[in-house]
Amino acid sequence: MTSPAAEVVLFDPELPWQRARSVALRPEPFGALVYSFGTRKLSFLKSELLVTVVQALAEHPSATATLAACDVPESQRPAYLKALADLARSEMIEVRTS
Amino acid sequence: MPEQTQDEIQTEAPTTEEALVEESLVEEVSIDGMCGVY
Amino acid sequence: MTAVLPSRPVERPTGGRLVDQFQYGLDAPICLTWELTYACNLACVHCLSSSGRRDPRELSTAEAEAVIDELQRMQVFYVNVGGGEPTVRPDFWHLLDYAIGHDVGVKFSTNGIKLDRGRAAQLARTDYVDVQISLDGATAEVNDRVRGTGSFATATRALENLAEAGMKDVKVSVVVTRENVGQLDEFKALTDRFGAQLRITRFRPSGRGADVWDQLHPTQAQQRELYAWLVANGDQVLTGDSFFHLSALGSALPGLNLCGAGRVVCLIDPVGDVYACPFAIHEQFLAGNVRSPGGFQQVWQHSELFADLRNPQTGGACTKCAHFDACRGGCMAAKFFTGLPLDGPDPECVQGYGETALAARDATTLTPKSHLDHSHTGPVRGQPTLLGMPAIPAKLCDESPLAGADLS
Repeated sequence: MTSPAAEVVLFDPELPWQRARSVALRPEPFGALVYSFGTRKLSFLKSELLVTVVQALAEHPSATATLAACDVPESQRPAYLKALADLARSEMIEVRTS
Repeated sequence: MPEQTQDEIQTEAPTTEEALVEESLVEEVSIDGMCGVY
Repeated sequence: MTAVLPSRPVERPTGGRLVDQFQYGLDAPICLTWELTYACNLACVHCLSSSGRRDPRELSTAEAEAVIDELQRMQVFYVNVGGGEPTVRPDFWHLLDYAIGHDVGVKFSTNGIKLDRGRAAQLARTDYVDVQISLDGATAEVNDRVRGTGSFATATRALENLAEAGMKDVKVSVVVTRENVGQLDEFKALTDRFGAQLRITRFRPSGRGADVWDQLHPTQAQQRELYAWLVANGDQVLTGDSFFHLSALGSALPGLNLCGAGRVVCLIDPVGDVYACPFAIHEQFLAGNVRSPGGFQQVWQHSELFADLRNPQTGGACTKCAHFDACRGGCMAAKFFTGLPLDGPDPECVQGYGETALAARDATTLTPKSHLDHSHTGPVRGQPTLLGMPAIPAKLCDESPLAGADLS
């Protein structure tokens, strides 16, 4: 597994996040498809709850707060944080500046 | 294209119980990675 | 198709692998191919859509805009535009802008004929559009045999113009044949020279390809070379997942390794017909037409053909093979157009089962022919020489004084 040569931005769940502006999200029966018009990357969100979380990010002060607000079970939060980190790395979500 | 798919990564220690393996909730695929497009 | 429709709706599994989800279908295609016209300035011997002459029933500009509106509503992210030669449609540039302005990204496949400096500059400053130049030889000698005299020059001129204009992410798409598989390194060098990305795809016996398949499809030995080359160089090369039938040779190549027809991809043809796949332009794989009530969405979500394709097949000779999980029985279109059963081996099965099946075909079997053929009927300027017909030079003044002279 090779790591990207570009700068590695560590995912900080305490920052405010949002879906990236150049990203389209399309719900599907199994979750959602997420496509970045900027990077031409396509990702699949494999749970409907994760879709809800991603869409709710912009309304909460941090990713951590979003998970709580969406009632993500405690035991699953590490998996959800990992998923958000994956999305951050592929530029599907971005840090909110406002 | 660099590896895009995240499922079935075999670099971790192999497990026998598929149900308990931490399956990633996000899977990335190349937009050019599906057959039927010329 | 020999599948029997189930008496109750198919149940979609929860979680699991993505490919398993895709087999059951999506609310909208991920990658949609849209052939804008059957008209083409070239007459490539292996054309998958048997293009050449415009069809009088082509979608009008307004109808094409309506399709784009639908794609926007369905949130189709991206459409792959082709033909024929899409840029010979007078409204091509308008439709390009229209799509982009309606949240539908465009990648278009072209032989480069219209990509002069002005258009190249225009494309370079347009976001959400990707360009793919078709080329089937790393040299004019190899390329023009199948695409026609002057076509290599046209393509490279377009590549020069695009590079000069600063266009990013240009792709060069190559159909791998017996005659060009030895040039893979040279293709890579060519694309590097123009700052473009190489894409290689599988030659299928579709359209006019059926007529030259025996002659042009790679041999088993060449397929093994190709696989080895992809394993060594594949991280910089796109394939459109078209070589998933080769996955049985070793570890899987990148991609879904799955036939996307009717599940994640489909084709809208120039007259609005919707087919499961651009390599399957035949009544058997015709799902409906966008001009019918409900338009494209109705066809994609509710056509009987697509429901059939989204019902995973069980049984069939291939499922008994140890490699089935890797190759998934190969390409539906390749099997269909070589007259092989769809639940049997791919004609290029790396285990050799396809060759056996081909040999076992009744000698009198007629392979399926599409009801559509828009091929040029008379000689074409710069037509290919593969089939032994004399070349009429594209334009004598563009080439050497010996252009048109048979020196062999």
